Amino acid sequence: MAYDSWEKHISGCGLSAYMDESGKRSTGDDIIQSIALLHDRSNGLGGGFAAYGIYPEFADKYALQLFYDNNTVQSACEELIHRNFDIVESGPIPTRKVFGIGPSPVIWRYFVSPKESALDMSDLSEEDFVVQHVMEINRTVKGAFVFSSGKNMGAFKAVGFPEDVGDFYRLDEYKAYMWVAHGRFPTNTPGWWGGAHPFTILDWAIVHNGEISSYGINKRYVEMYGYHCTMMTDTEVMAYLFDLLLRKHDLPVEAACAVLAPPFWELINHMPEAEKALYTTIRSVYGSAMANGPFAIVLGSRDMMLALNDRVKLRPLVAARKGDVIYVSSEESGIREICPNPESVWMPKTGEPVIARLKGEPS
Amino acid sequence: MRIDARGLHYRALNEKINQFILKGERTFHLSHVNGQRFIGDGLKGKIKITIDGVPGNDLAAFMDGPRIRVKGNAQDGVANTMNEGEVVIDGNAGDVLGFAMRGGRVFVRGSVGYRVGIHMKSYKEKVPVMVVGGGARDFLGEYQAGGIIIVLGLGLPRGEPIAGYMVGTGMHGGVMYIRGKVEDWQIGKEVKIFEIDDSDRKVMRPHLKDFARTFKLNVEDLLKGPYLKMVPFSKRPYGRIYAY
Repeated sequence: MAYDSWEKHISGCGLSAYMDESGKRSTGDDIIQSIALLHDRSNGLGGGFAAYGIYPEFADKYALQLFYDNNTVQSACEELIHRNFDIVESGPIPTRKVFGIGPSPVIWRYFVSPKESALDMSDLSEEDFVVQHVMEINRTVKGAFVFSSGKNMGAFKAVGFPEDVGDFYRLDEYKAYMWVAHGRFPTNTPGWWGGAHPFTILDWAIVHNGEISSYGINKRYVEMYGYHCTMMTDTEVMAYLFDLLLRKHDLPVEAACAVLAPPFWELINHMPEAEKALYTTIRSVYGSAMANGPFAIVLGSRDMMLALNDRVKLRPLVAARKGDVIYVSSEESGIREICPNPESVWMPKTGEPVIARLKGEPS
Repeated sequence: MRIDARGLHYRALNEKINQFILKGERTFHLSHVNGQRFIGDGLKGKIKITIDGVPGNDLAAFMDGPRIRVKGNAQDGVANTMNEGEVVIDGNAGDVLGFAMRGGRVFVRGSVGYRVGIHMKSYKEKVPVMVVGGGARDFLGEYQAGGIIIVLGLGLPRGEPIAGYMVGTGMHGGVMYIRGKVEDWQIGKEVKIFEIDDSDRKVMRPHLKDFARTFKLNVEDLLKGPYLKMVPFSKRPYGRIYAY
């Protein structure tokens, strides 16, 4: 893998996602069909999925999913994992041979809980403990990458077209109440396995079409809070920003979206006093977390799906609803491919998030 | 000629259309279209295409004469650099509709996205026209250099503005007629808002007449209303930008 030399990154991609708010789970077939229709938006250098509700038998364990360059790295890294986590079960992530997916790294999955003694000594919350160790592996174990670390969810990604990636990981055999998919078109950084979307930390998984031109400032900002960008692409920083804003700082979702895609000062000037004060405060406090540049993103988490555009709408995003299911996609056709007659279809406004929330128990 | 586009890649679909055109076919009805890009692109002459479904991006790009009717919504980049002909969309259309359009007409019954009419232009008798039934989002008529954009604001939800922010930013030619309210702070600094007079109604009438006929509306109703007109007050807003 070519993660030794890197600078910056741009991409123009395709994304599709849906959440069944009732918690009803479906196999990966539909999401693959949807992202396959957007085939021409990607170029075969990265495809990936996030799926929520797929590990009910280990719902309270963190599912660490890793790429290893080779078995030597794996042994070294597993020692580190063993030292800090109780591993309930582990094994290779099932794959099938697919034309279009080249040589793969070693892909392993561990269902773990933090070791009590290690957690006590660390003086960290359980989640912070997990974040810290994910960062440590990604930063210090050369050739090992944690690409998924949430509970009852998983990211699946590779170099290839997304429909092939879905086939490779046998997503037709998983059932999820939320599926998020991405086809990549990298233009400035290597198309490598770790660089495919989604990017995840804990339960957060993010896919992105666009380019975060404020990446440098955002990266340095999250570094102050212990997050380290190691995947050689801009989107990664958005996952950490959301973890910081939503989990650590406990901001309402709408406020976090206003941090990333704030209204222009000119528009703030024309708001009623209370709103003016709110947005002025948000922009003042979180200036370094503002994401500049074109983006359409979908963020998954345990109980929420969120889609958001940059504030001048430089990337496409369409949303739809039918019954309990909320869909988003780069193109309306991506939605209609799997939901031919939605009750409503709309184009979200810039900076105004589309939010789906899990209301029922996953079933 | 009916073509079932279900499951066809855009290349196969457009090749099929081209081949039938070479054999003399002039009327097409495409069914089950979903996301196929570049339909009608670069086609010349008296051709009619009816589309059931949602055509993909860059519908009617560089088109030079044909007429396209979309029985549903359209995506982004419709009528990109279109030179002649007509595109009629029964539903909504996405972003950058009429990008650099040079001639012909686009009618959209519903609403449109961002950057609509960006860099539309005109030359002598070639004057592109766009009529939007609903509303438009930010950057409407951005860098507009010519042509006519009419936005009617029909059926907008309460509180929904007819046009977004930065309307006409960088505009330096052509005209926009907006049937509703746009505040000074919503518009680019290169344009000014005026009231319309009879000569403006004369410009709009033939297009609104056709729009009304197409969508079964009343032209007199469409001509009524609080129109405002937006035109640039400088033909060369950036004329001095590199003059030092």
